[in-house]
Parts: sequence; C-alpha cells; structure tokens
Amino acid sequence: MKITQKFLATTAIGLLAMSSVVYADSHATHPETGEALASDQTFTYRVGDESPSYDPGVVEDTYGAEVVRDLFEGLYNQDAAGNLEAGVALSHNVSDDNLVYTFDLRDDAKWSNGDPVTAGDFEYAWKRAASPELASPYAWYIELMSLENAAEVIAGDMDPSELGVTAIDDTTLEVRLSQPLPYFAQMVTHGTTFPVHQATVEEHGSDWTLPENIVSNGAYVMTEFVPQERIVRKRNEMYWDNDNTIIETVVKLVIPDENVALTRYLAGELDRTDIPAGQFPRLSEQYPDQAMSVPEACSYYYMFNMREGAPEEIQDPNVRKALSLAVDRDVIVNNVLAAGQKPAYTFTHWATAGFEMPDVPMASMEQAERNEMAVELLEEAGYGSDNPLTVNLVYNTDEGHKAVAIAISQMWKQTLGVETNLSNQEWQTFLEARSNGDFEVARGGWCADYNEASTFLDLMQSGSGYNDSKYNNPEVDALLANAKTADNPQADYDKVEEFIAQDTPIIPIYHYAADYMYSANLEGWPFENFEQNWYSRELYKIAE
Amino acid sequence: MLSFIARRLTVAIPTLLILVVLSFVLMYTAPGGPFNSERPLPPEVLANIEAKYGLDQPFWKRIAVYIHGVIFNFDFGPSFQFKNRSVNDIIAQGFPITLTYGFWSFVVAVTVGVSLGIAAALRQNTWLDYLAVGISIGAQVLPNFVMAPILLLVFTLWLGWLPGGGWAGGQWQYLVMPVIALSTSYMASIARITRSSMLEVLNTNFIRTAKAKGLPTRRIIWRHAMKPAMLPVLSYLGPAFVGMITGSVIIDIFFSTGGIGQFFVNSAFNRDYSVIMGITILVGALTILFNLIVDLLYAWIDPKIRY
Repeated sequence: MKITQKFLATTAIGLLAMSSVVYADSHATHPETGEALASDQTFTYRVGDESPSYDPGVVEDTYGAEVVRDLFEGLYNQDAAGNLEAGVALSHNVSDDNLVYTFDLRDDAKWSNGDPVTAGDFEYAWKRAASPELASPYAWYIELMSLENAAEVIAGDMDPSELGVTAIDDTTLEVRLSQPLPYFAQMVTHGTTFPVHQATVEEHGSDWTLPENIVSNGAYVMTEFVPQERIVRKRNEMYWDNDNTIIETVVKLVIPDENVALTRYLAGELDRTDIPAGQFPRLSEQYPDQAMSVPEACSYYYMFNMREGAPEEIQDPNVRKALSLAVDRDVIVNNVLAAGQKPAYTFTHWATAGFEMPDVPMASMEQAERNEMAVELLEEAGYGSDNPLTVNLVYNTDEGHKAVAIAISQMWKQTLGVETNLSNQEWQTFLEARSNGDFEVARGGWCADYNEASTFLDLMQSGSGYNDSKYNNPEVDALLANAKTADNPQADYDKVEEFIAQDTPIIPIYHYAADYMYSANLEGWPFENFEQNWYSRELYKIAE
Repeated sequence: MLSFIARRLTVAIPTLLILVVLSFVLMYTAPGGPFNSERPLPPEVLANIEAKYGLDQPFWKRIAVYIHGVIFNFDFGPSFQFKNRSVNDIIAQGFPITLTYGFWSFVVAVTVGVSLGIAAALRQNTWLDYLAVGISIGAQVLPNFVMAPILLLVFTLWLGWLPGGGWAGGQWQYLVMPVIALSTSYMASIARITRSSMLEVLNTNFIRTAKAKGLPTRRIIWRHAMKPAMLPVLSYLGPAFVGMITGSVIIDIFFSTGGIGQFFVNSAFNRDYSVIMGITILVGALTILFNLIVDLLYAWIDPKIRY
C-alpha cells in the first residue's frame, strides 16, 4: 500500500514536471489573444514607500495590499472591470433574511507548502484579524463587514471565538452578519479577509511573513525582502491556477522620489511608475502609448468647520454656498492639474459602482451663472466691498495642494472680493488640528475603502469619526441609515448629495485620477478597475 | 592616555542620556502620533494598539522602561510603523548598507582631497594649483542633492552604464553613484583645508631649516610637513565621517539603497517614536566616538598635545 502511494506520488511529480515544460513552450504565445510573448516575463514596478506590514490581517496601505493580493487569495477576486470572480470560493448562498452567507470553497486550492486551503484557514484568519491580541489597525474592517459580534470581539468584551464566522467543513464557510449588508460579497476581495496559514503564524509569530518563513496561497510567493529597497515574488507552483500565470517574477522597488523613478523608468529599469504632478500633459504627448490616466477612487474637497464656537461667518449656509459656487472646477482640473481629473459637484466619485450622478443644480450651470449666484448669496449674508469677508484656509504641506489653494483663493478674491489667509501644516500637525476643530476651512481627501457610494457618504453622518466638519443633519443620518438595508439605495444617496449641495458642509473640488507610465509591452492591466485592484497573474509582456 | 579615554567616556554617558531624554520629550510633544491617520482608528482598535505598544502608560513610566530596555537589554523597542520589525532589526539591516558606501565615500574623499590639496600647495600659483582649486570650488558648490540627479541623468539615462538605484547586496555598480555623490563636497573641503594648512606649514621656520640643511624635498614633505599639516584636516575628518555615514539621508532616499537614512526621515514624519530614538542614539553615539578618536589621533600626530 505504502509503496503504491509512493509510486503514485513519483508519477505525479514526473507528470507535473513534464507539464511545466510543455507549459513553458506553449506560452510563447498568449493562450487567449495569440500575441507573441516576451522571453523575459519580469514585471518591475515602483512604490513610494515601504509598507508597514505584509500580513493580510494587518496590512493597511495600498502598496502593501498590492503585494498581499499577489501572495494570498481570498474568497473572491476582482476581474479586470472590478466584478467579482471566483477565488478560493466558487460561489455563495445568502439566507432569506440576508444575514447568513454560506461560501462554497474549491477543493484544489493549496498553500505554497502543499497543504490544502480550507474554510478553517479563513475562520482562523478572520478571528485573528479582529482579536485585540493582534491589535491590527485594520480590525475595524471586520467591524465594517458587520460580522456578528465584531465590535465586542475587537473591544475585548467577547472572545474571538464568538465572531460570526464558522467553518462548517473544509469547503464550506458560514458567515453571520449583525445586519444585512448589500455589498458584503464585494468586501471579501480585501486583504484583511484573506486566509493565513495557522501553523506558520503560530510557529514564527510576527516574523511569519519573512521570505524564509512565509507560506501563502496566492499566485506568487515572496522570495526576497529588503526593507525600503525591494520585494521579489516568484510564481507559486502550488497555486491552483498556476498554469494560466504568465509573469514569472514580480519586483517591487521602493523609490521615494517620483522624478527619480521616472528617470529610471525612461532608462528601462521599470515597467510601471507614477507620473509626477504637472508632467502628464508633456508625457502623454511624448509617449501616448505609455502615459495613462485612470480614475482613482478618491475625492478632493474643502471642509468647513461647523462646530459650535467655530468662526461665525462660515456658519451661514449662504456664505458656504457662495464660496463653493465661486470655485471654477474646470480651471482647477484643466489648468492647474491637467492630468485626467474630473470636476466634482458631488462628494461621491463619479466612477463609483452602481452610483449615478444625481442632478445637483450647480453641476448644470455655467460658471458665469454660478459666480452671479455666489455674489448674490454673499450679499444676502451681509458681506460686500464695505464689509469684506476673510477666511482662513489650511492645507497639508504639498506643492499640489498649494497650487490648488492659491488658485481657489484667487477665484474667491476676483469673484467675491473675499480675502483668504493661506497656511500649510505638516501632515501629523494638520490631522490633529483638523480633528480638534482648529480650523476654518481645511483641505480634505477621501479614498474609497470599497466600491460603493456609502464609503464616501458615511463621512457625512453626524456620528462618523471621519466627519471633521462635524456636519450634523438628522435627515442625512436617517437617509444613510436607511441606505444600509435598502434594496436600491441610489434614491437615498441622491438625496444625501442634494443635502450636501444645499447645506455645503464641504466644497467638492475634483475627483482623482491616477497617472502612470506603463511599459509599451506590458499587457493585461485592468484600467477599467475603479479601485485599481490589479493582480500580477493577469499581466503579461508581449515580444517587442 | 588611558585616564583621558576613561574621563571622556564618563562624560559621554551623561551626554547620551541627556540626548535620549531631550529627544524623547521633544518627540512626544510634537503633535500627532504613530497611529494618527486621515481615517482615525475606532477607539477600541486604537486602545488595543496603544496597549500593545505601551502608549497607555504615563510618560515617566514610558521613558523609564525605554531607558531600562536600552541599557540592560540593548533593546530599542519595536517599530510602531513596521508592524513586525524591531528597531534593532531596522538598524541591523540598514546601517551596514549606509556604512558601506559611507566608508567608501570617506576613502575617496580623503584620498582625492588630500592629494589635490598637497599638489596645489606644492605648486602654488601654477596651473596645477589653479586646476586643483578650481576643481575643489566646483565640487564644493555641488552638494549631494545636486550631484545625485546629475549623475543619474548622465550615467543611467544617457549612457545607460549604471543602475539608477537599489543595492543588490552591495555590488560595485550600485555603489558608484552614491559614493561619488556623497564624497564630492567633502572632498572639496578636504582639498581646501589641506592646501591652506600645507602652505602655512611650508612657510614655517622648521621647514626652512630643513631646506637649509639640504634635505631632499620628498623627505621634507613626508617626514616633516605632512604631520602638522594634517592636524586641521583631521579635526574636520571626525565630524565628516559621522556626517557621511548618518547624513547620507539624501543619498539613501535618492538611490533607494535601503540604508537607515530613509528610515530616519520617514520615522520623523510618521512619528515612529522608537525608530527616531534608535537612530538618534546611534548618530549621537557615533559622533561622540569619532570625536574621541580624532582627539586621540591628535596626540599621536602632534607631540605638543598631552592628555
């Protein structure tokens, strides 16, 4: 019996080896498109900083999440357009009350050491991410997912074993929610929900993500890690879909200076790098096939301080609205930034999934009409040439923010005769001042945590910890609470955006775009994916 | 001599302690904290993290625990930002890198600088002198943050000879540009100091006497002029060496070497308290150490100096 098993194993290894040889040949052309592939399938890209962690339960930044998505695979992945596609889970069922999700897992998923990936790995990972013992900065994500008892577990009032996730058997994962969440399935594409290998975590503690220890279940494994310099990941032979992976090696280089990175890109050292501010027009003319602008899931805005005791002038909604109307977004977007951003009249980013831009009156006006209305509103509020308004605007130190602030203060001056005192603060100082309400008008930027309008609009909730304006409108609160369980929340979101336009707690200025250079021979990039969740296994390089 | 070293070391310890306490206080009085971000953490999550890093303790206790850890366990604590790394890990990984190209920059700066300076002094007011002075003034106005982009442009983008950054285990191609960028302005200072002090020495009475005795020039320079001429250079070299190793922040960031410079700057922005402290102490200790070494070398070179 034993001998037979051994024999079988040897045969299997032999077959595997053979198939990988055949595979290498067959990939001289792309299996679907038939394009000739380059012999060197190494993808090298730039990031601006080292990530705090590559542990799925702890990872907190975009750069880290990109690595984690290659190394690990969660229940679902996103396809090129951002739609769900099977990952470790093949499908799921939802109970009638929308509170219990049952995921059906594939049985051929393996860890890089050959162990099978089971529902228990997910259960362990989620409970670990929420546990006070791990103290993950992303523990709140588990709470955001509305998992049963999440808040109590994080607060340490309940044992992690009480969390609403259970492995029924190796291929069935049951998740219980505390309230229905229409976009729950979307949320399991996020790194925090990825499985971790319990034996490895327990053996190596916080060192388990180092290349010599790590065991992962994604399309790649980490083979080299020099902090602040590089991470190298190579294809994972154990990955269930390894046959369809084309990129052999992925190299992430930390290059803090964008201009240095651009020079190195032009010297051929990189396949992807960020375009420094202000250079998009030149580069897109010079390298039209390489310079790309993609929507980025963030909104840029100015917020008013609406706390009690804050400067009185800006407590008048007419003043706030006048200031908002007088900002010529087209000038900001086309002349100041000129890199594919879009003017914003709503807080929610235009490209957010399932969100249709509501009819905010300001959006359909000409700038001349807006200016006229702004002047009227400001006069109504009692300000004019005999009683000029002065506002204090603060932003965090950055050349880009400075350019926008100067342009806007000029618009206010020319249209309304408003004087603006500009000041900038170092990031941490700025954050503290803003959350303490130590400002009059402050710069804000918000990026989506998931692809749904509530990731933006929840900021307008009076109780939100991110609501630095302290905007408080009970009707908005009620609408947002209702949207959480509504079958179609769009109507609620429309009304919230209308309230924002009316009350003007914030001035939406523009919706971000991200600008990158991509090697001319790099294919498969998911430009349509709004969250820019890319997976190296989807990429390939064609022969030049 | 030994008692001098002992005395200097006893002074060094309180100096370091004052540095530690001052940095600690300044750091914690700066606004913000390591776990502040645009999206503030929910209070219960923040409480877990603060408990993990001991930030829920009173200030005096934190500083006491910290100093105790440093002195008795040589433990500089965990990094607040890099979740699975300690300050010791970060320094152990980054410092050898910074030290490697810092050392080579030092060698280059001293060799080239001293040679240029001596050549200029010996051939004062000739074309050689003008050339050497010209080079050193030119190099002086090219600090590392100007040199680095120029080198990158020329050697990486135009000529394609050298990689534009990285470390790759310290292969020589990766060392060339950081070393040139870092050593240029130090080289210039060394050349100028060497030249002027050599000129001064060459005009002293004992050199005139040696010449009158008919000693060969080579012997006069090497045997008699070199030592006193090197004194001012030496006093510059101590701080210069520390400066090269630790002040290589720009080089670390520009060429993304993975050295400690990048960690130093980021830790300040991110309020990664333990990393700021660790690197500050490292730099402080190095400064004290190299000043001591320079003082000892002084005594060896100049017999008039006694301790």
